Amino acid sequence: MNQKIEPASLHERDVEKTVGKLLRTGVIIASIVVLAGGTLYLKTYGGLARPDYHIFKGEESSLITFDGIFKGLFTAKPAGIIQFGVLLLILTPIFRILFSLVAFAIERDRLYVCITLIVLSIILASTFGGLNI
Amino acid sequence: MSIVTFTIILILGAYLAGLVGSLTGLGGGVVVIPLLTLVFHVDIRYAIGAALLASIANSSGAASAYIKEGMTNIRLGMFLEIATTVGAVIGALIAVYTPTNTIAILFGAVLLFSAAMTLRKKNQEALTEGSKWSARLKLDNSYPTPNGVVNYKLKNIGGGFSIMTLAGVMSGLLGIGSGALKVLAMDTTMKIPFKVSTTTSNFMIGVTAAASAVVYLQRGYMDPGIAFPVVLGVLGGAFTGAKLLTKINPTTLRWIFCIAITFVALEMIYNGLQHNF
Repeated sequence: MNQKIEPASLHERDVEKTVGKLLRTGVIIASIVVLAGGTLYLKTYGGLARPDYHIFKGEESSLITFDGIFKGLFTAKPAGIIQFGVLLLILTPIFRILFSLVAFAIERDRLYVCITLIVLSIILASTFGGLNI
Repeated sequence: MSIVTFTIILILGAYLAGLVGSLTGLGGGVVVIPLLTLVFHVDIRYAIGAALLASIANSSGAASAYIKEGMTNIRLGMFLEIATTVGAVIGALIAVYTPTNTIAILFGAVLLFSAAMTLRKKNQEALTEGSKWSARLKLDNSYPTPNGVVNYKLKNIGGGFSIMTLAGVMSGLLGIGSGALKVLAMDTTMKIPFKVSTTTSNFMIGVTAAASAVVYLQRGYMDPGIAFPVVLGVLGGAFTGAKLLTKINPTTLRWIFCIAITFVALEMIYNGLQHNF
């Protein structure tokens, strides 16, 4: 196996650059949502004493399920908005996998379509696998 | 302390964590955990949740710049993400049964190892003879250098894959990117030039962290009041760090920070042994 490697084609470089932009856009949108929620959070609760973070209690169900977070977002609860931004941040790399899946499919790269599908199913399994959601 | 004061101090601390993480190449997440636990006396479980978010933000934010330069090997990243995501899910699952003091000691040990890895001699050579599997999986690639495009090949794919699984477990268990272990797998085992291994490792951290982050979010480890200052602060710090890196030579700074991080790691181990977590 000593065949010459073909340099990445122009098309492939474009796909890679789009992946980069996708990731950056996701982070920017998530930060804006977090900042908006955070500002509202400080306006509403800023004067209160810091919660007892040294004792772990876990979060309420309104902040750990998709349903709860969406409800919080639409009723403009500060913590719900922050948590929605957090969710967007976590989803950003997952969207990147989805995009790569499509890109490999267009390139008819069967091997990498399979590899990408495996990664995607691991993440989806950990998201839906008998946990709270 | 009121929430406003706490938030402002935490944003500044997270900014510093992002800056140090970016200049040392360790990532902001690693510095966030000692900051939250040792300085702010936050439970290590909340700290892990926040550190995972910092790792995702760091990795995704920096990826676009590296990809533009053509350094990142996306196929290699995708292939190795099978190992890191499986590891991350396992790590997040065993985290529930692991005492917090053990997690703190383990974290200190990984931090010591990471600091040492930052100062190691880096692999600059590109292999011209790769293994059969590397060609079969289309992992051989090229990257730009000041002297033109260099082709490189890989070997020990199985060995690298196994270390990546371990890196994933550590990432899921401790909430960090485990960049140092990832680079060890790619740089030392698979013999990839370090510029490619560092950027590909950074690219993978986002997906690895997301795999365990979904578990931690559902377990209530992610507190909005902590997540908000940490994410914004670390991103700001990482941004400044990336700008600074193009202007200054970070070798001296890297030494100073690595010594500082060694002390922080020992402090984490000591507190873990004293059952302070």
